[in-house]
Amino acid sequence: MARVVTVDLVVALIILALGALVVYESRELGASWGSDGPQAGYFPFYIGLLICVSSAVVFVQSVLRLRADAKAFVELGQLKQVLIVLIPTVVYVLCVQLIGIYVSATFFIALFMRLVGKYSWLRSASVGLAVSAVAFMLFEIWFLIPLPKGPVENLLGY
Amino acid sequence: MEELSALFHGFSVVLTPFNIMLMLVGITLGVVIGVLPGLGGANGIAILLPLTFTMSPTSAIIMLSCIYWGALFGGAITSILFNIPGEPWSVATTFDGYPMAQQGRAGEALTGAFTSSFVGALVAVLVFTFLAPAVASFALQFGPAEFFSVYLLTFCSFVGTGKGNPFKIIVSMMLGFAMAAVGIDIVTGQLRLTFGFLQLLNGFHFLVAVIGLFGIGEIMLSMEEGLSFSGKSAKINPKIVLETWAKLPRYWLTSVRGCLVGCWMGIIPGGATPASFMSYGVARKMSPDGAKFGTGQLEGVVAPETAAHAAGTSALLPMLTLGIPGSPTAAVLLGGLLIWGLQPGPLLFVEQKDFVWGLIASMYLGNIAGLIVVLTMVPFFAAILRIPFSIIAPVIVVICSIGAYTVNNSMFDVWLMAFFGVVGYTFKKLDYPLAPMVLALVLGDAAESSFRQAMLISQGDLSIMWSNWLVGGITTLALLLLFWPFLQTGTAWLKAKLAQEGAR
Repeated sequence: MARVVTVDLVVALIILALGALVVYESRELGASWGSDGPQAGYFPFYIGLLICVSSAVVFVQSVLRLRADAKAFVELGQLKQVLIVLIPTVVYVLCVQLIGIYVSATFFIALFMRLVGKYSWLRSASVGLAVSAVAFMLFEIWFLIPLPKGPVENLLGY
Repeated sequence: MEELSALFHGFSVVLTPFNIMLMLVGITLGVVIGVLPGLGGANGIAILLPLTFTMSPTSAIIMLSCIYWGALFGGAITSILFNIPGEPWSVATTFDGYPMAQQGRAGEALTGAFTSSFVGALVAVLVFTFLAPAVASFALQFGPAEFFSVYLLTFCSFVGTGKGNPFKIIVSMMLGFAMAAVGIDIVTGQLRLTFGFLQLLNGFHFLVAVIGLFGIGEIMLSMEEGLSFSGKSAKINPKIVLETWAKLPRYWLTSVRGCLVGCWMGIIPGGATPASFMSYGVARKMSPDGAKFGTGQLEGVVAPETAAHAAGTSALLPMLTLGIPGSPTAAVLLGGLLIWGLQPGPLLFVEQKDFVWGLIASMYLGNIAGLIVVLTMVPFFAAILRIPFSIIAPVIVVICSIGAYTVNNSMFDVWLMAFFGVVGYTFKKLDYPLAPMVLALVLGDAAESSFRQAMLISQGDLSIMWSNWLVGGITTLALLLLFWPFLQTGTAWLKAKLAQEGAR
């Protein structure tokens, strides 16, 4: 598995690239003194510069530790645990976009409880439905804040 | 005693049945948020913010600030009973709190923690009551240069008081500033750093970042640790409470030190977390029982809790008087103020007296209500913690997604939240602090416009930052704090070198 130092190094490089992007874009916008005062890129230019300099220092610091530090970033088992929550979350967000939040939330909670927590189908489904129902009452009816809805809600007349 | 009459006016504003109900609801929600992993003060309030849009600003701030007090109280419950800090500022409470629970003295530890939290908050509110109006009227004379110097002080003090790698603190902060710059430039109307993406027109909203970084990121971290809660049970009855209260006066000196550390760290934005560690460290050094710390000393619970609560409370002082929050949670409250149409800053004390004094009065009442709620409902809150993580995790993800969506009614923000979750997880693992990033994202535009205005006045001459004693003093202090870690490593290196020379 990847070590902390290696991840540190890669992240510092990504940040360095982001900083360079900010500097470039600020130069494009004009980072100097215009006819009416500082131009739009004046402030971000220095921000970008500071990002570059400090991430470069972090990069060098991790290069220097590259040999000494052998601590793993995540153990394989830990990574599995993280993915168990991350992947369903991403799928859930995709579902919210496609079919609305209430149905997605019901299924997300119920399936997560069933597959990860090994609860009975009945319990899993009732918790999922209950959370969705409470959210629906709270947002759509009491506080009148519309959340993303899909075909099922349309069918029910919302 | 103008403040006292204003304060009594504040009490009359707050003491309506509706507001008192909101206070109790807020405290209870806050403790639940503080107890649950993945939901903290900052993102809990961020998620609940949309629910307050229909309330009057005074009622809204009462509820949200009570959530904040509740979260401050709640962190201690998990630390003591489960050895798992529910909030970063209660890490130091585990050192002596959990050993006490293991010895069967959980009730004593909890009572001690809640009571000293209450004392810390009360002292900070008293300081607030008399200091805030003075700071506000003083700040009325501030120009752009003065404001920028205060912003500078805020950000430099992160580097000066933060513990980790100063370069990582700066990176995190500057990324926040860069994200704040994304979108339409308010002065020239040009699009900045959007790279042709229409969704980025309005920039990154910090509430989305807070929910992602602290909510989703925290869930991922908790999953990684494979949390299984097996805690001590707590019995709190009036007898234990009274016995503990009888012991507490012995530690008055620790309390006073905790309050001082807390108020100071809260006002200059160090925040509650370093304050609690510092207070614990000071108490261990100064106390006659210092050597026994870590084995279950009541004093070791009193010290961090007093300071954390004092810091958490006084972090609201710069937020209200200058518009500069001292912690991520205060930053979220500031975001709330802006959404309700209030402009935080010195003018608030002139134009919105009902709001300001209502808030201050609610700080007194909220903390009293908080103490009563937590002392009576500990078993209930501990039961929440026993709900397995495989139920809590998806529910919190759903709540976070609702919170992120309601900020701007945009699906793009929900995706951003997931992205910020991954960033938050990675940054936490690599020791990049998240608080400076959030604060920079919140304050970026304001800091930039004060900098630009100052530069316009001086025609681009940086010496305006030293143009009078006030602005010069603040700027110098800021730079001193900025270079503090480097000075420290420098002197440590010199000392080591000299010692080496001496040994030879």
